[in-house]
Amino acid sequence: MNNLSAKAAAPLLEVRNLRVEFPTRRGTLTALDDVSFSIRAGEVLGVVGESGAGKSMTGAAIIGLLEPPGRIARGEILLDGQRIDNLPREKMRRIRGKQIGAIFQDPLTTLNPLYTVGRQLQETILTHLPMTPAQARARAIHWLEEVGIPGAAQRIDSYPHEFSGGMRQRVVIALALCAEPRLVVADEPTTALDVSIQAQIIALLKRLTREHGTAVMLVTHDMGVIAETADRVAVMYAGRLAEIGPVREVVKAPRHPYSAGLMASIPPLDRKVEHLAQIDGAMPRLSAIPRGCAYYPRCPHVFERCRVERPDLIDAGTTRAACWLHDPASEKQVPFSGTGSTVHV
Amino acid sequence: MSDTARSQGAGQPPMLEVRDVARYFDVSRPLLQRLLAREGKRTLRAVDGISFAIPRGTTLSLVGESGCGKSTVARLAVGLYGTTRGEVVFDGNDLSSARADAAQRRRMQMIFQDPYASLNPRWRVLDIVAEPLRAFGLLPDRAAREKRVGELLTQVGLSPADGQKFPHEFSGGQRQRISIARALSSNPEFLVCDEPTSALDVSVQAQILNLMKDLQRRMGLTYLFISHNLAVVRQVSDRIGVMYLGRLVELAPSETLFEAPRHPYTRALMEAIPDLDMTGRERIPVGGEVPSPISPPSGCAFNPRCPLANDRCRRERPGMTRAGATLVACHAVEEGRDRQ
Repeated sequence: MNNLSAKAAAPLLEVRNLRVEFPTRRGTLTALDDVSFSIRAGEVLGVVGESGAGKSMTGAAIIGLLEPPGRIARGEILLDGQRIDNLPREKMRRIRGKQIGAIFQDPLTTLNPLYTVGRQLQETILTHLPMTPAQARARAIHWLEEVGIPGAAQRIDSYPHEFSGGMRQRVVIALALCAEPRLVVADEPTTALDVSIQAQIIALLKRLTREHGTAVMLVTHDMGVIAETADRVAVMYAGRLAEIGPVREVVKAPRHPYSAGLMASIPPLDRKVEHLAQIDGAMPRLSAIPRGCAYYPRCPHVFERCRVERPDLIDAGTTRAACWLHDPASEKQVPFSGTGSTVHV
Repeated sequence: MSDTARSQGAGQPPMLEVRDVARYFDVSRPLLQRLLAREGKRTLRAVDGISFAIPRGTTLSLVGESGCGKSTVARLAVGLYGTTRGEVVFDGNDLSSARADAAQRRRMQMIFQDPYASLNPRWRVLDIVAEPLRAFGLLPDRAAREKRVGELLTQVGLSPADGQKFPHEFSGGQRQRISIARALSSNPEFLVCDEPTSALDVSVQAQILNLMKDLQRRMGLTYLFISHNLAVVRQVSDRIGVMYLGRLVELAPSETLFEAPRHPYTRALMEAIPDLDMTGRERIPVGGEVPSPISPPSGCAFNPRCPLANDRCRRERPGMTRAGATLVACHAVEEGRDRQ
């Protein structure tokens, strides 16, 4: 871990003030607003939030696969210091796969049902690496072994439907990693899987990215998965970052009231509680995001300033939170404390 | 099966009793193809001989991975599927005869997983919630019906004015509240909830679980709760059944199951759940995958993945044996091999 800190100065991925808009007949919707974060080589950044918060959208913007008419309206995305958000389609296609691998939720829709998995792996390898077809095939078998598919040399000529869900997701991981990308964007990679298979896939993803020094952006709504896998976490709400910081801090002593509510509403496995903590209400629609802080209508600590002025990320101990409670200039100060032992502010 | 006798209250039959129920599906290919390929018939044993009872006012949960048959049990419990073998007894009466009687039928209702698919998008909420009332002819007077719908909506945390809206105007959590209001409209005593919070975000899931527990306390409802999420199940259940490949492998009071899981599969399942306290911890996941229910392994269905499997496990299917308050189907537990 320590030798990584030398490289810490130059993040592998940097997202600066990213804003994604969807023009519609009823006006422009802002799906992502002023999102900034970075990921270092070998680091796993977890991205959590409710559905519609913009987690997947952020991933799609990074790999250059925003669904039209969505477009990047402001900000920039840098991979290794190079801007990749404004590249022509063909150039971006070469970066995708070679530099950035993608893993999606549903392995059945990611794989082409008409081609054998071997052909799909070989195609990816040949597109991005200088190899002969025979070399590519050997490498494809190597990757299938690497992701734990038994009898890889025989299974390489099977079609996706001949694999089970867990095995298919292994193939998808092999596909994402076979060109040795430096960044992997994994969007809900285990959500479609059963818990026992999910544990296998997480262990696999952790091992491979650690061995290859790959940076990972892990998008999921499952906090348990994040807690086990990520180094840092970004919590998103209504298209903005609510909080970002080391995973232990955000899980155990969240500084943003939304993160705190989110953590508290997870049913505990180790005990029964009479009444689960719940966040009342629902996340606002994109067309009706309130002025000021988007969370204020649901926030138990709301005060006047929250209703009129939108907070940016503010240093809050070891994390950064977009909440006026952490602004030294606010007269109202942190009335809540995290669930953990860490003392803050 | 001895468990069924132990129902709560003196002389009152349990709300639901399931006795050695099985449900098979014919998944053979069409006749001609079968003849050409010289294949026999193929049967999928979705549920293969399970027994449990749910005392009044309590919640029994069934957990397991996809394909274990838990949703099939949910459908068997309300009579949406008939049984291949065994019987389902609802409040002392055989379910197939109970279902022929509308007065019995209205006493059971179901809540489904996906609130986006289970509400008709072209109906107003008022009509959706009032549908069981109309179907059972409970409140013929329109004004009385609307008043009742207003009460139901209030009960689930919505407002009577929401009756005029369409489902698309609501979020996922609100839609699930509408499903619950609809299920409650015929004044049922028994609710089957098939993954009612799986499609919802975690903060909304907490709202719905709290609502369901609150309604149970107020109205004395009996729940059969189906879920794959053990943490959710712990919050709502009195008793829990763990299913694997169409069979119950363990049935125990909720706290007992979590304090002292006995079956190797139950333990593996609990071990596999990522939880918030173990930041950075390495785990050893259970290997392998759930086998196909079309060709289940011989003996104990879990034996290919079980660390304790021996010859007997591969040969002989274990029956339910009692271990304290727990019923468990495992040779290793029966022989004491799990404590070594």
